[in-house]
Amino acid sequence: MTPRYSVFSLLRNALSYHENWQQAWRSPEPKARYDVIIVGGGGHGLATAYYLAKLHGIKSIAVVERGWLGGGNTGRNTTIVRSNYLWDQSAALYEHAMKLWEGLSQDLNYNVMFSQRGVLNLAHNQHDLRETLRRVNANRLNGIDSEFLNAQQVKEMVPIIDLREGGRYPVLGASLQRRGGTARHDAVAWGYARGADALGVDIIQECAVNGFRIENGKVTGVETSKGLIEADKVGVVTAGHSSVMANMAGFRLPVQSVPLQALVSEPVKPIIDTVVMSGAVHAYVSQSDKGELVIGAGVDGYIGYGQRGSMQVTEETLAAICELFPLFRRMRMLRQWGGIVDVCPDASPILSKTPVQNLYLNCGWGTGGFKATPGSGWAFAHTIAKDEPHELNAAFTLDRFRTGFLIDEHGAAAVAH
Amino acid sequence: MLQITCPHCGARAESEFHNGGEAHIERPKDPAALTDAEWAEFVFLRDNPKGLLLERWNHTQGCRRWFNVARDTVTYEILAVYPMGSQPPALDPRRYV
Ligand SMILES: Cc1cc2nc3c(=O)[nH]c(=O)nc-3n(C[C@H](O)[C@H](O)[C@H](O)COP(=O)(O)OP(=O)(O)OC[C@H]3O[C@@H](n4cnc5c(N)ncnc54)[C@H](O)[C@@H]3O)c2cc1C
Ligand SMILES: [Zn+2]
Repeated sequence: MTPRYSVFSLLRNALSYHENWQQAWRSPEPKARYDVIIVGGGGHGLATAYYLAKLHGIKSIAVVERGWLGGGNTGRNTTIVRSNYLWDQSAALYEHAMKLWEGLSQDLNYNVMFSQRGVLNLAHNQHDLRETLRRVNANRLNGIDSEFLNAQQVKEMVPIIDLREGGRYPVLGASLQRRGGTARHDAVAWGYARGADALGVDIIQECAVNGFRIENGKVTGVETSKGLIEADKVGVVTAGHSSVMANMAGFRLPVQSVPLQALVSEPVKPIIDTVVMSGAVHAYVSQSDKGELVIGAGVDGYIGYGQRGSMQVTEETLAAICELFPLFRRMRMLRQWGGIVDVCPDASPILSKTPVQNLYLNCGWGTGGFKATPGSGWAFAHTIAKDEPHELNAAFTLDRFRTGFLIDEHGAAAVAH
Repeated sequence: MLQITCPHCGARAESEFHNGGEAHIERPKDPAALTDAEWAEFVFLRDNPKGLLLERWNHTQGCRRWFNVARDTVTYEILAVYPMGSQPPALDPRRYV
Protein backbone atom coordinates (compact mmCIF):
# COMPACT_ATOMS: atom_id res chain seq x y z
CA MET A 1 0.00 0.00 0.00
CA THR A 2 1.33 3.41 -0.95
CA PRO A 3 1.11 5.70 2.12
CA ARG A 4 -1.11 8.72 1.56
CA TYR A 5 0.23 12.24 1.42
CA SER A 6 -1.36 14.49 4.04
CA VAL A 7 -0.55 17.32 6.38
CA PHE A 8 0.44 14.66 8.94
CA SER A 9 2.89 12.92 6.62
CA LEU A 10 4.34 16.35 5.86
CA LEU A 11 4.90 17.04 9.55
CA ARG A 12 6.25 13.55 10.21
CA ASN A 13 8.75 13.86 7.38
CA ALA A 14 9.77 17.34 8.48
CA LEU A 15 11.10 15.72 11.67
CA SER A 16 13.67 13.80 9.65
CA TYR A 17 14.49 16.76 7.38
CA HIS A 18 12.47 15.30 4.47
CA GLU A 19 15.09 12.63 3.90
CA ASN A 20 12.81 9.62 4.37
CA TRP A 21 9.94 10.19 1.94
CA GLN A 22 8.76 6.93 0.45
CA GLN A 23 9.39 6.20 -3.22
CA ALA A 24 6.46 7.43 -5.31
CA TRP A 25 6.55 4.39 -7.62
CA ARG A 26 8.63 1.24 -8.12
CA SER A 27 10.99 0.67 -11.04
CA PRO A 28 10.45 -3.03 -11.80
CA GLU A 29 12.03 -5.15 -14.51
CA PRO A 30 9.48 -6.16 -17.15
CA LYS A 31 7.65 -9.48 -16.70
CA ALA A 32 7.38 -11.93 -19.59
CA ARG A 33 3.74 -11.03 -20.27
CA TYR A 34 0.94 -8.65 -19.32
CA ASP A 35 -2.76 -8.39 -20.06
CA VAL A 36 -2.26 -4.87 -21.37
CA ILE A 37 0.86 -2.96 -22.40
CA ILE A 38 0.69 0.81 -22.83
CA VAL A 39 3.48 2.17 -25.03
CA GLY A 40 4.42 5.72 -23.99
CA GLY A 41 4.70 7.09 -20.44
CA GLY A 42 3.34 10.57 -21.03
CA GLY A 43 0.28 11.87 -19.23
CA HIS A 44 -2.16 10.15 -21.60
CA GLY A 45 -0.45 6.74 -21.35
CA LEU A 46 -0.17 6.88 -17.56
CA ALA A 47 -3.78 8.06 -17.20
CA THR A 48 -4.88 5.17 -19.42
CA ALA A 49 -3.05 2.67 -17.21
CA TYR A 50 -4.50 4.25 -14.06
CA TYR A 51 -8.12 4.09 -15.25
CA LEU A 52 -7.65 0.57 -16.68
CA ALA A 53 -6.56 -0.62 -13.24
CA LYS A 54 -8.97 1.50 -11.24
CA LEU A 55 -12.20 1.34 -13.24
CA HIS A 56 -11.87 -1.83 -15.30
CA GLY A 57 -10.23 -4.11 -12.75
CA ILE A 58 -7.40 -5.16 -15.06
CA LYS A 59 -4.59 -6.36 -12.84
CA SER A 60 -1.66 -7.01 -15.10
CA ILE A 61 -0.62 -3.82 -16.88
CA ALA A 62 2.73 -2.32 -17.92
CA VAL A 63 3.57 1.16 -19.16
CA VAL A 64 6.66 1.04 -21.37
CA GLU A 65 8.43 4.38 -21.78
CA ARG A 66 11.59 4.85 -23.80
CA GLY A 67 12.86 7.88 -21.87
CA TRP A 68 11.59 9.19 -18.56
CA LEU A 69 8.02 9.80 -17.40
CA GLY A 70 6.59 12.96 -18.85
CA GLY A 71 9.75 13.66 -20.85
CA GLY A 72 7.72 14.07 -24.03
CA ASN A 73 5.09 16.73 -24.64
CA THR A 74 3.59 16.21 -21.19
CA GLY A 75 6.61 17.87 -19.59
CA ARG A 76 7.09 20.42 -22.39
CA ASN A 77 3.69 22.04 -22.74
CA THR A 78 2.37 25.36 -21.53
CA THR A 79 -0.32 23.64 -19.41
CA ILE A 80 -3.42 25.48 -20.58
CA VAL A 81 -6.65 23.66 -19.71
CA ARG A 82 -10.04 24.60 -21.16
CA SER A 83 -13.01 22.81 -22.71
CA ASN A 84 -14.65 25.49 -24.89
CA TYR A 85 -14.41 23.60 -28.20
CA LEU A 86 -16.87 24.23 -31.00
CA TRP A 87 -18.26 20.86 -32.10
CA ASP A 88 -20.46 18.63 -29.96
CA GLN A 89 -18.09 15.66 -30.09
CA SER A 90 -15.07 17.69 -28.93
CA ALA A 91 -17.08 19.63 -26.37
CA ALA A 92 -18.23 16.38 -24.75
CA LEU A 93 -14.74 14.87 -24.63
CA TYR A 94 -12.89 17.96 -23.38
CA GLU A 95 -15.64 18.80 -20.89
CA HIS A 96 -15.45 15.28 -19.51
CA ALA A 97 -11.73 15.91 -18.99
CA MET A 98 -12.51 19.25 -17.31
CA LYS A 99 -14.81 17.55 -14.81
CA LEU A 100 -12.08 15.02 -14.01
CA TRP A 101 -9.54 17.86 -13.58
CA GLU A 102 -11.81 19.45 -11.01
CA GLY A 103 -11.43 16.43 -8.71
CA LEU A 104 -8.05 15.13 -9.84
CA SER A 105 -5.82 16.18 -6.93
CA GLN A 106 -8.22 14.49 -4.50
CA ASP A 107 -8.66 11.41 -6.65
CA LEU A 108 -4.90 10.92 -7.05
CA ASN A 109 -3.98 12.18 -3.57
CA TYR A 110 -1.41 14.24 -5.44
CA ASN A 111 -1.46 18.00 -5.89
CA VAL A 112 -1.59 18.66 -9.63
CA MET A 113 -1.91 22.41 -8.88
CA PHE A 114 -4.99 22.78 -11.04
CA SER A 115 -5.68 26.50 -11.03
CA GLN A 116 -8.98 27.69 -12.54
CA ARG A 117 -7.76 31.19 -13.26
CA GLY A 118 -9.76 31.60 -16.48
CA VAL A 119 -8.72 31.48 -20.13
CA LEU A 120 -9.26 34.37 -22.55
CA ASN A 121 -9.18 33.92 -26.33
CA LEU A 122 -8.79 37.29 -28.02
CA ALA A 123 -10.60 38.45 -31.17
CA HIS A 124 -8.67 40.94 -33.30
CA ASN A 125 -10.93 41.50 -36.29
CA GLN A 126 -14.52 41.15 -37.42
CA HIS A 127 -14.06 37.58 -38.51
CA ASP A 128 -12.52 36.59 -35.16
CA LEU A 129 -15.39 38.33 -33.45
CA ARG A 130 -18.05 36.37 -35.30
CA GLU A 131 -16.24 33.08 -34.75
CA THR A 132 -15.85 33.90 -31.06
CA LEU A 133 -19.56 34.64 -30.64
CA ARG A 134 -20.46 31.50 -32.54
CA ARG A 135 -18.21 29.40 -30.33
CA VAL A 136 -19.42 31.02 -27.09
CA ASN A 137 -23.00 30.23 -28.06
CA ALA A 138 -22.16 26.69 -29.15
CA ASN A 139 -20.41 26.11 -25.82
CA ARG A 140 -23.41 27.34 -23.86
CA LEU A 141 -25.73 25.07 -25.80
CA ASN A 142 -23.46 22.23 -24.72
CA GLY A 143 -23.64 23.30 -21.08
CA ILE A 144 -20.05 24.58 -20.99
CA ASP A 145 -19.39 27.86 -19.17
CA SER A 146 -18.40 30.44 -21.76
CA GLU A 147 -18.72 34.20 -21.84
CA PHE A 148 -18.15 36.96 -24.32
CA LEU A 149 -16.20 40.01 -23.13
CA ASN A 150 -16.04 43.30 -25.01
CA ALA A 151 -12.75 45.21 -25.26
CA GLN A 152 -13.43 47.23 -22.12
CA GLN A 153 -14.18 44.09 -20.10
CA VAL A 154 -10.95 42.52 -21.38
CA LYS A 155 -9.04 45.59 -20.21
CA GLU A 156 -10.66 45.37 -16.78
CA MET A 157 -9.60 41.77 -16.43
CA VAL A 158 -6.11 42.22 -17.88
CA PRO A 159 -5.08 45.83 -17.19
CA ILE A 160 -1.62 45.42 -18.75
CA ILE A 161 -3.00 44.71 -22.23
CA ASP A 162 -2.46 47.55 -24.71
CA LEU A 163 -5.79 48.79 -26.06
CA ARG A 164 -4.71 52.21 -27.32
CA GLU A 165 -6.03 53.19 -30.71
CA GLY A 166 -3.97 52.19 -33.69
CA GLY A 167 -2.19 49.21 -32.17
CA ARG A 168 -1.02 46.52 -34.53
CA TYR A 169 -3.37 43.92 -33.07
CA PRO A 170 -6.51 45.75 -31.94
CA VAL A 171 -8.55 43.76 -29.40
CA LEU A 172 -12.26 43.78 -30.22
CA GLY A 173 -13.34 41.29 -27.60
CA ALA A 174 -12.62 37.84 -26.21
CA SER A 175 -14.18 34.61 -25.10
CA LEU A 176 -13.68 33.70 -21.47
CA GLN A 177 -13.95 30.32 -19.82
CA ARG A 178 -13.68 30.93 -16.09
CA ARG A 179 -13.30 27.23 -15.26
CA GLY A 180 -10.27 27.05 -17.55
CA GLY A 181 -6.75 27.63 -16.31
CA THR A 182 -3.48 25.78 -15.83
CA ALA A 183 -2.08 22.73 -14.02
CA ARG A 184 1.40 21.57 -13.11
CA HIS A 185 2.40 19.31 -16.03
CA ASP A 186 5.02 17.15 -14.29
CA ALA A 187 2.71 16.61 -11.33
CA VAL A 188 0.08 15.22 -13.69
CA ALA A 189 2.51 12.58 -15.00
CA TRP A 190 3.85 11.82 -11.52
CA GLY A 191 0.41 11.74 -9.89
CA TYR A 192 -0.96 9.28 -12.43
CA ALA A 193 2.26 7.23 -12.24
CA ARG A 194 2.02 6.97 -8.47
CA GLY A 195 -1.70 6.19 -8.63
CA ALA A 196 -1.19 3.50 -11.26
CA ASP A 197 1.78 1.97 -9.43
CA ALA A 198 -0.27 1.73 -6.24
CA LEU A 199 -2.85 -0.28 -8.21
CA GLY A 200 -0.13 -2.70 -9.37
CA VAL A 201 0.83 -1.23 -12.75
CA ASP A 202 4.48 -1.83 -13.69
CA ILE A 203 6.06 1.38 -14.98
CA ILE A 204 9.11 0.55 -17.03
CA GLN A 205 11.27 3.51 -18.03
CA GLU A 206 14.25 3.59 -20.40
CA CYS A 207 12.69 0.80 -22.44
CA ALA A 208 12.02 1.61 -26.10
CA VAL A 209 9.53 -0.31 -28.21
CA ASN A 210 11.22 -1.22 -31.50
CA GLY A 211 8.51 -3.35 -33.08
CA PHE A 212 5.31 -5.32 -32.59
CA ARG A 213 4.80 -9.07 -32.71
CA ILE A 214 1.75 -9.57 -34.90
CA GLU A 215 0.30 -13.02 -35.61
CA ASN A 216 -2.65 -13.54 -37.99
CA GLY A 217 -3.50 -9.86 -37.93
CA LYS A 218 -3.49 -9.75 -34.13
CA VAL A 219 -0.89 -8.14 -31.87
CA THR A 220 0.61 -10.53 -29.31
CA GLY A 221 3.51 -8.57 -27.90
CA VAL A 222 6.06 -5.79 -28.24
CA GLU A 223 9.75 -6.01 -29.10
CA THR A 224 11.64 -3.73 -26.75
CA SER A 225 15.20 -2.76 -25.89
CA LYS A 226 14.72 -5.08 -22.88
CA GLY A 227 13.50 -7.98 -25.03
CA LEU A 228 10.11 -9.32 -26.10
CA ILE A 229 7.18 -8.65 -23.77
CA GLU A 230 3.98 -10.54 -24.55
CA ALA A 231 0.56 -8.96 -24.16
CA ASP A 232 -3.09 -9.63 -24.96
CA LYS A 233 -3.67 -5.99 -25.82
CA VAL A 234 -1.40 -3.06 -26.67
CA GLY A 235 -2.28 0.64 -26.48
CA VAL A 236 0.01 3.06 -28.31
CA VAL A 237 0.17 6.57 -26.85
CA THR A 238 3.35 8.06 -28.29
CA ALA A 239 2.26 11.53 -29.54
CA GLY A 240 4.89 12.78 -32.04
CA HIS A 241 6.12 9.24 -32.67
CA SER A 242 2.73 7.78 -33.59
CA SER A 243 3.52 7.47 -37.30
CA VAL A 244 6.77 5.69 -36.47
CA MET A 245 4.80 3.20 -34.35
CA ALA A 246 2.07 2.77 -36.99
CA ASN A 247 4.71 2.05 -39.61
CA MET A 248 6.10 -0.70 -37.34
CA ALA A 249 2.61 -2.19 -37.21
CA GLY A 250 2.17 -1.91 -40.97
CA PHE A 251 -0.30 0.93 -41.51
CA ARG A 252 -0.17 4.66 -42.19
CA LEU A 253 -1.68 7.61 -40.35
CA PRO A 254 -3.06 10.99 -41.43
CA VAL A 255 -0.71 12.58 -38.88
CA GLN A 256 2.17 15.03 -39.41
CA SER A 257 4.82 15.47 -36.70
CA VAL A 258 5.98 19.05 -36.25
CA PRO A 259 7.92 20.94 -33.58
CA LEU A 260 5.95 23.26 -31.31
CA GLN A 261 7.93 25.57 -29.07
CA ALA A 262 7.52 27.51 -25.84
CA LEU A 263 9.56 29.90 -23.73
CA VAL A 264 9.75 31.13 -20.15
CA SER A 265 10.99 34.50 -18.98
CA GLU A 266 12.96 35.45 -15.90
CA PRO A 267 10.68 35.34 -12.84
CA VAL A 268 8.88 38.53 -11.85
CA LYS A 269 6.24 39.54 -9.27
CA PRO A 270 2.61 38.62 -10.07
CA ILE A 271 1.55 40.61 -13.14
CA ILE A 272 -1.00 38.49 -14.98
CA ASP A 273 -3.48 36.30 -13.09
CA THR A 274 -5.26 34.64 -16.00
CA VAL A 275 -4.36 33.02 -19.33
CA VAL A 276 -4.44 35.18 -22.48
CA MET A 277 -4.38 33.47 -25.87
CA SER A 278 -4.51 34.83 -29.36
CA GLY A 279 -5.07 32.42 -32.21
CA ALA A 280 -4.67 35.09 -34.87
CA VAL A 281 -1.14 36.06 -33.84
CA HIS A 282 -0.12 32.62 -32.50
CA ALA A 283 0.91 33.82 -29.08
CA TYR A 284 -0.32 33.19 -25.59
CA VAL A 285 0.88 33.91 -22.09
CA SER A 286 0.29 33.00 -18.45
CA GLN A 287 2.40 33.32 -15.32
CA SER A 288 3.73 30.35 -13.37
CA ASP A 289 3.71 30.16 -9.59
CA LYS A 290 7.46 30.78 -9.72
CA GLY A 291 6.75 34.09 -11.47
CA GLU A 292 7.99 33.21 -14.95
CA LEU A 293 5.92 34.24 -17.93
CA VAL A 294 5.05 31.07 -19.81
CA ILE A 295 4.81 31.94 -23.49
CA GLY A 296 3.71 29.72 -26.32
CA ALA A 297 3.94 29.94 -30.04
CA GLY A 298 2.89 28.47 -33.36
CA VAL A 299 4.27 25.31 -34.95
CA ASP A 300 7.14 25.09 -37.41
CA GLY A 301 6.06 24.99 -41.03
CA TYR A 302 7.34 21.52 -41.85
CA ILE A 303 7.78 17.99 -40.51
CA GLY A 304 10.53 17.70 -37.93
CA TYR A 305 11.54 15.39 -35.10
CA GLY A 306 14.20 17.75 -33.66
CA GLN A 307 12.89 18.89 -30.28
CA ARG A 308 13.60 22.58 -30.75
CA GLY A 309 11.64 25.02 -32.98
CA SER A 310 12.61 27.54 -35.63
CA MET A 311 14.09 30.86 -34.66
CA GLN A 312 11.72 32.92 -36.80
CA VAL A 313 8.75 31.41 -34.96
CA THR A 314 10.30 32.53 -31.65
CA GLU A 315 10.74 35.99 -33.10
CA GLU A 316 7.16 36.26 -34.45
CA THR A 317 5.73 35.08 -31.13
CA LEU A 318 7.70 37.51 -29.02
CA ALA A 319 6.93 40.37 -31.41
CA ALA A 320 3.21 39.65 -30.97
CA ILE A 321 3.54 39.41 -27.17
CA CYS A 322 5.36 42.75 -27.08
CA GLU A 323 2.65 44.37 -29.22
CA LEU A 324 -0.11 43.18 -26.90
CA PHE A 325 1.83 43.78 -23.68
CA PRO A 326 4.32 46.61 -24.29
CA LEU A 327 5.56 46.45 -20.70
CA PHE A 328 7.09 43.01 -21.40
CA ARG A 329 9.51 44.49 -23.94
CA ARG A 330 12.43 44.59 -21.56
CA MET A 331 11.85 41.10 -20.11
CA ARG A 332 14.54 38.52 -20.74
CA MET A 333 13.76 34.97 -21.75
CA LEU A 334 15.36 32.21 -19.68
CA ARG A 335 14.68 29.09 -21.71
CA GLN A 336 13.20 28.01 -25.03
CA TRP A 337 12.40 24.42 -26.01
CA GLY A 338 10.26 22.35 -28.35
CA GLY A 339 8.15 19.22 -28.39
CA ILE A 340 7.06 17.10 -31.35
CA VAL A 341 3.32 17.36 -31.78
CA ASP A 342 1.21 14.98 -33.88
CA VAL A 343 -1.24 17.03 -35.90
CA CYS A 344 -4.30 15.54 -37.63
CA PRO A 345 -5.81 17.19 -40.73
CA ASP A 346 -8.90 18.16 -38.69
CA ALA A 347 -6.96 19.12 -35.53
CA SER A 348 -8.86 16.46 -33.58
CA PRO A 349 -7.41 13.38 -31.91
CA ILE A 350 -7.61 9.69 -32.84
CA LEU A 351 -8.77 7.42 -29.98
CA SER A 352 -9.44 4.29 -31.85
CA LYS A 353 -9.10 0.66 -32.78
CA THR A 354 -6.65 0.02 -35.63
CA PRO A 355 -6.36 -2.35 -38.62
CA VAL A 356 -4.40 -4.67 -36.27
CA GLN A 357 -6.60 -6.57 -33.81
CA ASN A 358 -6.07 -5.76 -30.11
CA LEU A 359 -3.82 -2.83 -31.03
CA TYR A 360 -5.31 0.51 -30.01
CA LEU A 361 -4.19 4.01 -30.86
CA ASN A 362 -4.39 7.28 -28.93
CA CYS A 363 -2.75 10.13 -30.85
CA GLY A 364 -3.31 13.24 -32.93
CA TRP A 365 -3.73 15.56 -29.94
CA GLY A 366 -1.36 17.88 -31.70
CA THR A 367 -0.78 21.21 -30.04
CA GLY A 368 -3.54 20.88 -27.47
CA GLY A 369 -3.79 17.55 -25.70
CA PHE A 370 -2.58 18.37 -22.20
CA LYS A 371 -6.02 19.69 -21.23
CA ALA A 372 -7.53 16.38 -22.30
CA THR A 373 -5.17 14.12 -20.32
CA PRO A 374 -7.68 12.77 -17.77
CA GLY A 375 -10.53 12.41 -20.29
CA SER A 376 -8.30 10.85 -22.91
CA GLY A 377 -6.97 8.24 -20.47
CA TRP A 378 -10.48 7.56 -19.20
CA ALA A 379 -11.98 7.02 -22.67
CA PHE A 380 -8.98 5.09 -23.97
CA ALA A 381 -9.05 2.74 -20.96
CA HIS A 382 -12.69 1.99 -21.78
CA THR A 383 -11.83 1.38 -25.45
CA ILE A 384 -9.07 -1.08 -24.56
CA ALA A 385 -10.98 -2.87 -21.79
CA LYS A 386 -14.20 -3.32 -23.81
CA ASP A 387 -12.61 -3.57 -27.27
CA GLU A 388 -14.98 -0.83 -28.40
CA PRO A 389 -15.01 2.95 -27.96
CA HIS A 390 -17.01 4.74 -25.31
CA GLU A 391 -19.75 7.08 -26.56
CA LEU A 392 -17.36 9.97 -25.75
CA ASN A 393 -14.71 8.88 -28.23
CA ALA A 394 -16.84 6.97 -30.73
CA ALA A 395 -16.45 9.73 -33.35
CA PHE A 396 -12.67 9.98 -32.95
CA THR A 397 -11.83 6.96 -35.09
CA LEU A 398 -9.04 6.43 -37.57
CA ASP A 399 -11.76 5.47 -40.04
CA ARG A 400 -13.20 9.00 -40.13
CA PHE A 401 -10.61 9.92 -42.75
CA ARG A 402 -12.24 7.35 -45.01
CA THR A 403 -15.88 8.14 -44.19
CA GLY A 404 -15.25 11.89 -44.30
CA PHE A 405 -16.81 12.50 -40.88
CA LEU A 406 -14.08 14.92 -39.78
CA ILE A 407 -14.30 16.97 -36.59
CA ASP A 408 -12.81 20.20 -37.84
CA GLU A 409 -11.53 22.14 -34.85
CA HIS A 410 -8.88 24.12 -36.72
CA GLY A 411 -10.26 27.60 -36.61
CA ALA A 412 -13.15 26.63 -34.46
CA ALA A 413 -11.17 25.95 -31.33
CA ALA A 414 -9.98 29.58 -31.36
CA VAL A 415 -6.33 28.73 -30.99
CA ALA A 416 -4.89 25.31 -31.28
CA HIS A 417 -3.81 24.83 -27.66
CA MET B 1 16.20 28.16 -39.40
CA LEU B 2 17.02 26.14 -42.51
CA GLN B 3 19.10 27.41 -45.35
CA ILE B 4 17.52 26.12 -48.54
CA THR B 5 19.21 26.27 -51.93
CA CYS B 6 16.59 27.20 -54.51
CA PRO B 7 17.66 25.64 -57.83
CA HIS B 8 16.88 28.95 -59.53
CA CYS B 9 17.96 31.63 -57.03
CA GLY B 10 20.59 29.98 -54.83
CA ALA B 11 20.90 29.69 -51.04
CA ARG B 12 18.25 31.60 -49.08
CA ALA B 13 16.75 31.60 -45.57
CA GLU B 14 13.84 29.27 -44.75
CA SER B 15 11.56 32.26 -44.16
CA GLU B 16 11.51 32.94 -47.93
CA PHE B 17 10.00 29.50 -48.60
CA HIS B 18 6.76 27.66 -48.05
CA ASN B 19 6.62 23.93 -47.40
CA GLY B 20 4.28 21.95 -49.64
CA GLY B 21 4.25 18.60 -47.83
CA GLU B 22 5.19 15.14 -49.03
CA ALA B 23 6.45 14.91 -52.62
CA HIS B 24 5.56 12.39 -55.35
CA ILE B 25 1.88 12.06 -54.45
CA GLU B 26 0.15 11.66 -57.77
CA ARG B 27 -3.32 13.01 -58.41
CA PRO B 28 -5.55 10.03 -59.28
CA LYS B 29 -5.79 9.53 -63.05
CA ASP B 30 -9.40 8.30 -62.89
CA PRO B 31 -10.97 10.01 -59.82
CA ALA B 32 -14.42 8.55 -60.42
CA ALA B 33 -13.04 5.03 -60.06
CA LEU B 34 -11.57 5.58 -56.59
CA THR B 35 -13.00 3.94 -53.47
CA ASP B 36 -13.34 5.94 -50.24
CA ALA B 37 -10.30 4.15 -48.84
CA GLU B 38 -8.25 5.14 -51.88
CA TRP B 39 -9.38 8.75 -51.51
CA ALA B 40 -8.35 8.70 -47.83
CA GLU B 41 -4.98 7.38 -48.94
CA PHE B 42 -4.53 10.19 -51.48
CA VAL B 43 -5.91 13.07 -49.41
CA PHE B 44 -4.94 12.27 -45.84
CA LEU B 45 -2.50 9.39 -45.27
CA ARG B 46 1.18 10.35 -45.17
CA ASP B 47 4.53 8.70 -44.43
CA ASN B 48 5.60 11.30 -41.84
CA PRO B 49 9.00 9.56 -41.54
CA LYS B 50 11.56 10.02 -38.81
CA GLY B 51 14.49 10.01 -41.21
CA LEU B 52 14.68 10.72 -44.92
CA LEU B 53 11.70 12.74 -46.18
CA LEU B 54 11.02 13.72 -49.77
CA GLU B 55 9.05 16.97 -49.74
CA ARG B 56 8.06 19.92 -51.91
CA TRP B 57 9.04 23.53 -51.29
CA ASN B 58 7.96 26.73 -53.00
CA HIS B 59 10.18 29.79 -53.11
CA THR B 60 7.24 32.08 -52.30
CA GLN B 61 9.29 35.22 -51.61
CA GLY B 62 11.57 34.66 -54.59
CA CYS B 63 11.05 33.06 -57.98
CA ARG B 64 7.78 31.44 -56.75
CA ARG B 65 8.72 28.12 -58.33
CA TRP B 66 8.24 24.64 -56.86
CA PHE B 67 11.02 22.09 -56.39
CA ASN B 68 11.71 18.89 -54.42
CA VAL B 69 13.95 18.50 -51.40
CA ALA B 70 15.30 15.37 -49.69
CA ARG B 71 15.73 16.18 -46.00
CA ASP B 72 16.62 14.31 -42.81
CA THR B 73 13.79 15.16 -40.35
CA VAL B 74 15.99 14.58 -37.30
CA THR B 75 19.24 16.36 -38.21
CA TYR B 76 17.43 18.69 -40.64
CA GLU B 77 20.26 18.20 -43.19
CA ILE B 78 19.18 18.86 -46.75
CA LEU B 79 20.52 15.90 -48.67
CA ALA B 80 19.40 16.78 -52.20
CA VAL B 81 17.44 19.38 -54.16
CA TYR B 82 15.89 18.15 -57.43
CA PRO B 83 13.35 19.42 -59.96
CA MET B 84 9.61 18.75 -59.97
CA GLY B 85 8.64 15.80 -62.11
CA SER B 86 11.95 13.98 -61.69
CA GLN B 87 12.71 10.97 -59.51
CA PRO B 88 14.75 11.42 -56.31
CA PRO B 89 18.43 10.47 -56.30
CA ALA B 90 19.34 7.19 -54.55
CA LEU B 91 19.72 8.00 -50.85
CA ASP B 92 19.99 6.09 -47.57
CA PRO B 93 16.46 6.11 -45.99
CA ARG B 94 17.96 6.88 -42.53
CA ARG B 95 15.07 5.44 -40.47
CA TYR B 96 15.38 6.36 -36.79
CA VAL B 97 13.09 4.83 -34.10
C1 LIG C 1 5.48 23.58 -26.53
C2 LIG C 1 4.15 22.88 -26.34
C3 LIG C 1 3.09 23.57 -25.74
C4 LIG C 1 1.86 22.95 -25.56
N1 LIG C 1 0.88 23.63 -24.89
C5 LIG C 1 -0.29 23.00 -24.59
C6 LIG C 1 -1.26 23.68 -23.78
O1 LIG C 1 -1.05 24.80 -23.34
N2 LIG C 1 -2.43 23.03 -23.51
C7 LIG C 1 -2.68 21.78 -24.00
O2 LIG C 1 -3.76 21.26 -23.75
N3 LIG C 1 -1.75 21.09 -24.74
C8 LIG C 1 -0.56 21.69 -25.04
N4 LIG C 1 0.40 21.01 -25.78
C9 LIG C 1 0.10 19.65 -26.29
C10 LIG C 1 0.29 18.61 -25.20
O3 LIG C 1 1.57 18.74 -24.63
C11 LIG C 1 0.18 17.19 -25.78
O4 LIG C 1 -0.97 17.05 -26.57
C12 LIG C 1 0.08 16.15 -24.66
O5 LIG C 1 0.98 16.43 -23.61
C13 LIG C 1 0.36 14.78 -25.23
O6 LIG C 1 0.49 13.85 -24.18
P1 LIG C 1 0.91 12.35 -24.47
O7 LIG C 1 0.96 11.66 -23.17
O8 LIG C 1 0.03 11.81 -25.54
O9 LIG C 1 2.34 12.49 -25.18
P2 LIG C 1 3.83 12.59 -24.58
O10 LIG C 1 3.86 13.28 -23.27
O11 LIG C 1 4.68 13.15 -25.67
O12 LIG C 1 4.17 11.08 -24.33
C14 LIG C 1 4.50 10.17 -25.34
C15 LIG C 1 5.61 9.30 -24.81
O13 LIG C 1 5.85 8.23 -25.70
C16 LIG C 1 7.22 7.92 -25.59
N5 LIG C 1 7.66 7.13 -26.74
C17 LIG C 1 7.81 7.53 -28.03
N6 LIG C 1 8.27 6.53 -28.79
C18 LIG C 1 8.40 5.46 -27.98
C19 LIG C 1 8.83 4.11 -28.18
N7 LIG C 1 9.24 3.66 -29.39
N8 LIG C 1 8.84 3.27 -27.12
C20 LIG C 1 8.45 3.70 -25.89
N9 LIG C 1 8.03 4.95 -25.65
C21 LIG C 1 8.00 5.83 -26.67
C22 LIG C 1 7.89 9.27 -25.50
O14 LIG C 1 9.19 9.17 -24.96
C23 LIG C 1 6.92 10.06 -24.64
O15 LIG C 1 7.28 10.09 -23.28
C24 LIG C 1 1.65 21.61 -26.00
C25 LIG C 1 2.71 20.92 -26.61
C26 LIG C 1 3.96 21.53 -26.76
C27 LIG C 1 5.09 20.76 -27.39
ZN1 LIG D 1 13.87 30.75 -56.23
